[in-house]
Amino acid sequence: MTTEILHEHAQPKREFVTPSANALIRCEALEKWYGSVHALTGIDFHAEPGEIVGLVGDNGAGKSTLIKILSGAEQQTSGRIFFDGKEVRLTSPKVAMHLGIETIYQYTAMVPQMSIARNMFIGREPLTGFRIGGIGLMDQRAMVEHATRSMTNIDLTRRSPNTTVEELSGGQRQAVAIARAMYFKSKLLILDEPTNHLSVKETNKVLDYVASLKEQGIGSIFISHNLHHIYPIADRIVAMARGAKIADIRKTDTSIDDMTDMIV
Amino acid sequence: MNSIAKALLSRPEISALVMLILVIIGFSLYAPQFLTYANMRVTFFAFPELGIVVLGVGILMIAGEFDLSVGSVFALSPLVMVIAVGRWGFDPFVAIAIGFLVALFVGYLNGWITLQFSIPSFVTTLGMMFMVRSVAVVLSGGFPPPFPVDFPIGIFVADLGLFRASMLWFAGFAVVLAVMLHFSNLGNWIYATGGQPQAASDMGINTRRVKLFCFMLCSFLAGFAGMVTTFRLKSALPALGEGVELQAIAAAVIGGTSLMGGIGSVIGFIVGTGLIRVIDNGLVMARIDANWFKFAIGALTILAVILNMWVRRRARAMH
Ligand SMILES: Nc1ncnc2c1ncn2[C@@H]1O[C@H](COP(=O)(O)OP(=O)(O)OP(=O)(O)O)[C@@H](O)[C@H]1O
Ligand SMILES: [Mg+2]
Repeated sequence: MTTEILHEHAQPKREFVTPSANALIRCEALEKWYGSVHALTGIDFHAEPGEIVGLVGDNGAGKSTLIKILSGAEQQTSGRIFFDGKEVRLTSPKVAMHLGIETIYQYTAMVPQMSIARNMFIGREPLTGFRIGGIGLMDQRAMVEHATRSMTNIDLTRRSPNTTVEELSGGQRQAVAIARAMYFKSKLLILDEPTNHLSVKETNKVLDYVASLKEQGIGSIFISHNLHHIYPIADRIVAMARGAKIADIRKTDTSIDDMTDMIV
Repeated sequence: MNSIAKALLSRPEISALVMLILVIIGFSLYAPQFLTYANMRVTFFAFPELGIVVLGVGILMIAGEFDLSVGSVFALSPLVMVIAVGRWGFDPFVAIAIGFLVALFVGYLNGWITLQFSIPSFVTTLGMMFMVRSVAVVLSGGFPPPFPVDFPIGIFVADLGLFRASMLWFAGFAVVLAVMLHFSNLGNWIYATGGQPQAASDMGINTRRVKLFCFMLCSFLAGFAGMVTTFRLKSALPALGEGVELQAIAAAVIGGTSLMGGIGSVIGFIVGTGLIRVIDNGLVMARIDANWFKFAIGALTILAVILNMWVRRRARAMH
């Protein structure tokens, strides 16, 4: 039923990497329609625990759509999602975050006017005792303390956690978003073009952070236009075009040149 | 030293506070009666009636929305309350509750229409400003309804010497709302919703609910302030509160609230309201033509925004 999009250089479907029995996240035949736009045409996708998956593809390929579904921001039109082996319905970002899926979105990971400490805890503020219906006083001391500790993890020691995010560079903002995901002990971190508009130096830093997450057993899905950005740290590359997967290949089974040929 | 200067600079309400102090000093030098007990009473009587509105309008602005209908709610809410007793024979306390419900309903409509149809709240509440005013005029039948004697007026406006009971209500609202805005998680959601709605909803915040809450809070406070004024005047006037919406927005902006959402503070609302009230009164005391009042408020609003922009840029440059 799904329209098969054949691509001249695409990898044959039977050679796609298949998920292991204990895949961290796995989805089957995901379809997404935006009105009359078929943004995902039935895609199978998975990530193993501690694995870095690079997701590449042209503008409008459906990368953001896929990860918005995996992070609960949008819901699929049809298809199933499994997390830690159990089928899940990701009806909101809260549900996904609760499972351990943290997402750093393409454009707006932070609220610029708010401090680093407040940004880190948006929607998950630690409270002190008394509360009514989930509303209560924030434990601001704990927020500042945890923010300070997280900031040392990302070498942002010279800034106060009360600094507003608009005072940070693009790379520092992404670093804070990553620190937030690290703090909340996610199992899966999704990054949608985190290196956009970053300098080479800042890009390398972000890549380092993602690589260090792997050492802590945290898996990542890393989206980029630029194969050269993700190739060095990815374990596996998934390429998309027009809402379908056109390649899914382990880095050890390919070279960057083959890869480039395959997806361009 | 640098960090103290920076902390001060990055708080827009501080520059407004400095301005307020300068204006007070200026008037008291120019008009000796300005700082007298009798005159302070005049300012303190008028202050809470605007201040309560500003609390709601300002918090709504932080959440990224406007309410231009507060002036009309300021009239309709007490008008319905008075008619409920005088014409429909309700118990005064029930009538007060009905007045609040009217205000909450208008706030709900403002929020629902804005969010459901994704239109600017500027438009929704501009329309609502006319509609609600119209309802108030029609309901009153063109002249104020008789004012029942059995309202518990003292609770709202009892004369306590330097100020009226309304000042205590204002102080109560200000403290509760300051705690909510600056110390509670709900406050964090309000700032996030106004500052960057996409980021807020990506982090799992129900920005629609947050905004709806702020719309209803704003309208409720406008109704409350209208009741206070009505109790003080002992008359429900359908034209009450005309222009209050713009004064309230001006006060919030003068106090450092951003028109784009995400920035503002309760201290700023208080200082902004204070500036408007002091200038209003000071012009009279200084025997300056009172028609310059609107000029002064207008100039101050523009100045405040320019100053805040400049100060924020300076603070950012001062790493
Ligand atoms: N909210 C939406 N409403 C309608 N169409 C949408 C919406 N979001 C995405 N689309 C469409 O779905 C398709 C896939 O978009 P998507 O954002 O997933 O692409 P992408 O691979 O992330 O591209 P980019 O590299 O530019 O970020 C596009 O054709 C896009 O126009
Ligand atoms: Mg995208």
